Amino acid sequence: MGAILEIEGLQKTYAGGVTALQPTDLTINKGEIFALLGPNGAGKTTLIGLVCGLVRPSGGTIRAFGLDMARDWRKARARIGLVPQELSVDMFEYVLPAVTHSRALFGRPADPAKIEKLLKSLSLWEKRDQRISALSGGMKRRVLIAKALAHDPDLLFLDEPTAGVDVELRRDMWQLIGQLRDQGVTIILTTHYIEEAQEMADRVGVIDRGVLQLVEEKRALMARLGTTEAKIALAQPVSAIPAALEHFGLAIEDGGKVLCYHGAGEGEVAPLLKALLAEGIDFTGIDVHESSLEDIFVDLIGRNHHDQEAAR
Amino acid sequence: MSFNLRGTLAIYKFELARTWRTLFQSILTPVLTTSLYFIVFGGAIGSRIDTMGGVPYAAFIVPGLLMLTILAESTANASFGIYLPRFTGTVYELLSAPIGVAETLVGYVGAAATKSVILAVVILATARVFVDYHIEHPLLAAFFILLSAVAFSLLGFILGCWADGFEKLQVVPMLVLTPLTFLGGTFYSIQMLPEPWKTVTLFNPVVYLVNGLRWTFYGQADVNFGAAITATLGFMALCIAVIAFIFRTGWRLRS
Ligand SMILES: Nc1ncnc2c1ncn2[C@@H]1O[C@H](COP(=O)(O)OP(=O)(O)OP(=O)(O)O)[C@@H](O)[C@H]1O
Ligand SMILES: [Mg+2]
Repeated sequence: MGAILEIEGLQKTYAGGVTALQPTDLTINKGEIFALLGPNGAGKTTLIGLVCGLVRPSGGTIRAFGLDMARDWRKARARIGLVPQELSVDMFEYVLPAVTHSRALFGRPADPAKIEKLLKSLSLWEKRDQRISALSGGMKRRVLIAKALAHDPDLLFLDEPTAGVDVELRRDMWQLIGQLRDQGVTIILTTHYIEEAQEMADRVGVIDRGVLQLVEEKRALMARLGTTEAKIALAQPVSAIPAALEHFGLAIEDGGKVLCYHGAGEGEVAPLLKALLAEGIDFTGIDVHESSLEDIFVDLIGRNHHDQEAAR
Repeated sequence: MSFNLRGTLAIYKFELARTWRTLFQSILTPVLTTSLYFIVFGGAIGSRIDTMGGVPYAAFIVPGLLMLTILAESTANASFGIYLPRFTGTVYELLSAPIGVAETLVGYVGAAATKSVILAVVILATARVFVDYHIEHPLLAAFFILLSAVAFSLLGFILGCWADGFEKLQVVPMLVLTPLTFLGGTFYSIQMLPEPWKTVTLFNPVVYLVNGLRWTFYGQADVNFGAAITATLGFMALCIAVIAFIFRTGWRLRS
């Protein structure tokens, strides 16, 4: 897997003096889904804007498809798609012409069949003759996605694709993103729904106050920072933990009726249960909780802010 | 990819399509306004005014009125064309597309100028209904109309980049262009002005446009046609330089 996007020392200080992005290095691999997480104002949209040409870098370099963005921007931009965070639509535009226009704008030859397929895949075909401004928010979001995909980009930026979108549409969106990945599109998305990153991303980056705090494989991250908790309700109360179970680090709760397990990563709940049965300890129920990316995220950001407060 | 021809054509067609959608305001309004001028100044008042250097007053004001409309419409159209996407936020797509200064100029400015030229033809045809005029140098007239339309579409584009509200979009045409055109010799010959106004008025660029066009119509005007062409080309070059600067620095377009 080669790199599709290489960012080096990229930084942005806005005219008003706000430094939205500290010098940042980031490499995105071809074909992956990368989720950028971070609280409001962290610099996610700024980072995307820098790559897509909406924001002028204050320093650093961007290479996409091996092309220098400062020099070969025409070639590189022709292969990048962007779905912005804000729902910006032309008041007078209609769905089909707007999407057709987007393709031409990026220099691709007209392809009505391709546009039809795209609109159908987004359930927009029935709405093709409607004014975009008359569509619901979720449908507008789909139009923006269709516009971003109209020129078959190899690299797609989705800035909060599921903000303000209902559960069903969110599922659809996830499915669509999965399909795009299968077609070989590299996707960088930002989201506030961490379950979304957990569901789809191959790698996650956490950004806070303009600093990219961490970039890691999702699985590795969860294995490293995740925890598993299990509460096992026993058929017969116990008074002490059998020696054979000691290495699990169990705690006794509720007067011996519940055993509590707390382990790192994905934990070892299954071996524990087998060991319990082997010891002849019967149980009536188990409640397992694996920490989510969200717990990790909240923990990380919380600790971060705590450290900064303490440093003052 | 060196020049994004398809993207340029897309912008050009998109902008012209906006004209067809609003055909009423785009064509009928200016035609109505100029017709009123012809009726009032040409017909009613003009009949009591002497000929201007041998040209009947009603015919004398045709080139000036035409120029007035071209300036106002070119500026308004081009400024609206770029201001609207900035206002709605849809400009993100343009900025993220393989579209540079050349594509933008040909697309936006080209479309605005095209519209002005179409309008000029319609107005000239309308004028025929009220006034008997002739054009001595039709090719030069067409060229000069095109040149002015392009120059003021460029100005409009700059205005559309600069404006941060709809009011500002209207302020420049109202406060700058309208006075300059009215004082630009549309309704009078600058020979009629006393000094120092006769000299001061030569600093008004619109004087060169109105008189340049008048010369192509009647073979006589207050300024030399060569000077008019030179002034217009100079103004055009200045506008292009400003637009190139806008794109290089991202001024008002990229944060
Ligand atoms: N055009 C701008 N001019 C000045 N400051 C800006 C501009 N755009 C963003 N900022 C500032 O830069 C910082 C980062 O903003 P950015 O939009 O990148 O955050 P974000 O991570 O996308 O936040 P959110 O989750 O709310 O979308 C913020 O402090 C913001 O106020
Ligand atoms: Mg954002």
